Amino acid sequence: MSSMAKQAQQRVGLLQGTLDMLILRTLLYGPAHGHQIGKHIQRTTNEFLQMQHGSLYPALHRLERRGWVVSRWETAPDRNREFKYYRLTNKGRKQLVAEESQWKHMAEAVARVMWPAAEEN
Amino acid sequence: MNWWQFKKRDADLERELRSDLELEEEEQRESGISEGEARYAALRAFGNPTVIREQTRAIWSWNWLESLSRDLRFSLRTLRRTPGFTVIAILVMALGIGANVSLFTVVRGVLLTPLPFHDPDRLVMLYEAGLLGDDSTGSNVVSGGMYAEWKNQNRSYSSLALAKGIRVGLSGSGGQLPEKLNSALFSWDMLRTLGVQPALGRDFTLADDSPGANGTVLLSWGLWKRRFGANPGILNQTIFLDAQPYTVIGVMPKWFDFPDSSTQLWTPVYQENPEDVMTSFSNHQFRVVGRLKPGISASQGVADLSLISERVHNEHLNDPFVFRSASSRPLLEHLVGEIKKPLYLLLEATFCLLLIACLNVANLQVARAAARRKELAIRTALGGSWLRLIGERLMECLLLSASGGALGLLLAFAALHWLTQTRSDMSRVESIHIDGVVAAFTVGVIALCALFSGLIAAFSISDKRILSALHDGSRSGSGGSARASLRKVLLALEVGLTVILLIGAGLLLKSYERLRSADMGCITQDVITMHLGIPDARYATPAQRANFYDTLLDRVRALPGVDAAGFATVVPGQGYQMDWTFSIVEHPPLPQGSGQFALSRWADPKYFHAMGIPILRGRTFDAGKRLDAANEVIISQSFANQYFPGEEPLGRHLRGNGRNAAVIVGIVGDTRYEIGEAPRPVQYYPLDAGVENVGTLVIRSSHDLEQFALPVQRIVSEMDRDLPVSDVLTMNQLLGKSILDQSFNTALLVAFATVSLVLAAVGLFGVMSYIATQRTTEIGIRVALGAKRDQVMRNMLLDGMRPAVFGLVVGLAASLEAGQLLRDLLYEIKPLDPAVYAAVAATLLAVAAFACIVPAWRASRLDPMQALRAE
Repeated sequence: MSSMAKQAQQRVGLLQGTLDMLILRTLLYGPAHGHQIGKHIQRTTNEFLQMQHGSLYPALHRLERRGWVVSRWETAPDRNREFKYYRLTNKGRKQLVAEESQWKHMAEAVARVMWPAAEEN
Repeated sequence: MNWWQFKKRDADLERELRSDLELEEEEQRESGISEGEARYAALRAFGNPTVIREQTRAIWSWNWLESLSRDLRFSLRTLRRTPGFTVIAILVMALGIGANVSLFTVVRGVLLTPLPFHDPDRLVMLYEAGLLGDDSTGSNVVSGGMYAEWKNQNRSYSSLALAKGIRVGLSGSGGQLPEKLNSALFSWDMLRTLGVQPALGRDFTLADDSPGANGTVLLSWGLWKRRFGANPGILNQTIFLDAQPYTVIGVMPKWFDFPDSSTQLWTPVYQENPEDVMTSFSNHQFRVVGRLKPGISASQGVADLSLISERVHNEHLNDPFVFRSASSRPLLEHLVGEIKKPLYLLLEATFCLLLIACLNVANLQVARAAARRKELAIRTALGGSWLRLIGERLMECLLLSASGGALGLLLAFAALHWLTQTRSDMSRVESIHIDGVVAAFTVGVIALCALFSGLIAAFSISDKRILSALHDGSRSGSGGSARASLRKVLLALEVGLTVILLIGAGLLLKSYERLRSADMGCITQDVITMHLGIPDARYATPAQRANFYDTLLDRVRALPGVDAAGFATVVPGQGYQMDWTFSIVEHPPLPQGSGQFALSRWADPKYFHAMGIPILRGRTFDAGKRLDAANEVIISQSFANQYFPGEEPLGRHLRGNGRNAAVIVGIVGDTRYEIGEAPRPVQYYPLDAGVENVGTLVIRSSHDLEQFALPVQRIVSEMDRDLPVSDVLTMNQLLGKSILDQSFNTALLVAFATVSLVLAAVGLFGVMSYIATQRTTEIGIRVALGAKRDQVMRNMLLDGMRPAVFGLVVGLAASLEAGQLLRDLLYEIKPLDPAVYAAVAATLLAVAAFACIVPAWRASRLDPMQALRAE
């Protein structure tokens, strides 16, 4: 039982970092509400990343709590209704830069291990 | 974030999810899906909004509190469902925690709180020490002469002060009766040495404390309130103590109770005492308090004083009763030295009791966990985490110990109130009170109990057994045996601890019995004693004193119902009180530097008859010889044995303490000056010499003893209006008072042991009943297959007795060690008293068997058909 719980935690942990980055990157285009963000990520990755709302909303609230995004209720231009819009803060922008470079390093490092021949070419 | 903010955020989240979900639904509809389908499609794409809400909410850190309150609600519900268990567990905890908190409060107040004096760590009690006569001692009261030498010559103490407890008669005034009070003589600088100021008025001055000065007195707060109505106008008024005028110069603070809590007055010592007492080196009777100079250690101080003593000793080589060294103890230790050991012992006992209480609650919890194993297994299977289950267990135990602790605190309040009322004689009893530290201690104990019992219970639910629990739940042949074995271990521990307590209690009880039945050497039934003192001021000459005694005794003997009456300065059981040096005229002089002393008493001729002290040889005093003509002495049996070995003592002469030689006219039986102390040699001098002015009147009668108090009081007040009669006690009460400590300790320990025995029995009964229920099916099958019922019963009994026997063995072994702690508190028995050990073992086995026999019997009476159908 306890080992299962550990596994679950690891999966969330892996996604969490990337999900945060993806959300921040999406918000770089401008304010968006939860549904839009989810849809955007899903569409941009050609539906490769099926957005789990179960992790999206906790992630949004986590980002807000850390001060990387702020939220406000605003009327959507195309619908005559209010949605909760998230927008990037300066702190969030800096975080995005940091996470991006971290991710890059990580990807490069992984690549070096996985495809050493490509490196030599 | 506070509660309403949290609420607002929750509503906000719900709105966010709803609006996003609606949007999803609209989009689904826009993509051409029918109205009804769109909702489900949206939900499918979106996920369960409630779960999302839960997960998102967890981000806002209030979650732990929520889960805590859920645990709390759940635990409360569980506990409410089993009120029997809950009430028992709370009571058990309340007993354990209450006992611990009270004892801790007492230990803290009496032993750990610093004395309420200025810089109390530098205060020491000083004693004379070393060889004296044929004896040697580590701490003896100090002579006035030595004190003066110490005071003048030492370089280690910033001040040395003198104290002595006495009793004085306060004359009646304004319609109030005369009364006898405990008082203390202080040197003028005692309060300065302690660093204490009177609450009202002024301290003694050097001028007050010199021979020939006018009498001055400080009142205790209590006496001032009780006797003088707390009237500040009492300052500079005159009161009469032992018929002498004293000017009230001040009132001490309420808390001040030096040298002991019964002291109600203080007067200056040099003003009061004759000069020869204050300059003598061989008349030891004072307590000396010193304040060490900064930077000087206690041992340096003692070395300094010892040097002075040594020099004085060498200057008085012809006097064998001059000490040659000094010793000291911290003042606090002097004041509480005697109760330190019993208090710590009782604290240990209460700790044992608490441990037993925790084990018992844990045991009950394990049993409940066993009964709820299917519920727990299902919850685990459904994804309830193990931590949650442990959390719930801990929460239950915390609830139990917190309620128990609250109740225990009430118990402690009551117990401490009772203690301070009944044991006002205990030193520093006034500093016992429940304060912040005690409250913190209580909280700590509660947390510890919860953790201890909770963890034991929690670890009995191991996740590995979940599946097997679900398996063997359907047909339990030997189900839950592992849990039962955990309970057996707990039980064995409990029984072991109980045995230790029982042995301790048994030893103290036996020792107390020995004490109570110790032969005092005199009659203890049908005798009443009354304390009486005649002031020097009004009875200045020996003739006046002798006349007073004669008249008093004549009139008392004439009272109807009085079988016999007598008067002595000190009666058996009243303590050591006084000794006198003596020499035997017919013996060659002792070598220089050695001397003899023995307890000294003054008695009237009929005292021995009244007290039932047998006259073994010779006769009692000649009633016709009075005053200077009263030149007789009576010695006790052990006096004769020690100082006249193989010799006829009758007719020999004793020269006591510089008096004229007296002829030995009789030998009487030995008596004990204190219960629990071996008899010592005693020399009795005739009361009719008129030397002594305080003593105890004894009346023997086969009638109701208490009825003599009033007539005697009337006789005394007719003889002298200002004379108080005090301490009206039957001989039994007097002796009981002198062993109050022992009876108190014994009673407490016996109570603790009894409670723990009951707890252990309850535990055994619970385990046995549980095992019996567990094995219902098995027993049913056995009986169905032809097992004999008495065989089943024997099996069950053995099963239950095993942990008891195991615990008994462990407990007995541990008691061998623990009993040594009691060594100093025992009278005439060894810590390894076999009778006590045997009695405890027998009691425990009997109780254990009794606790096991009901469930075992019930199991053996099982109807096999019913047993097999039970599942």
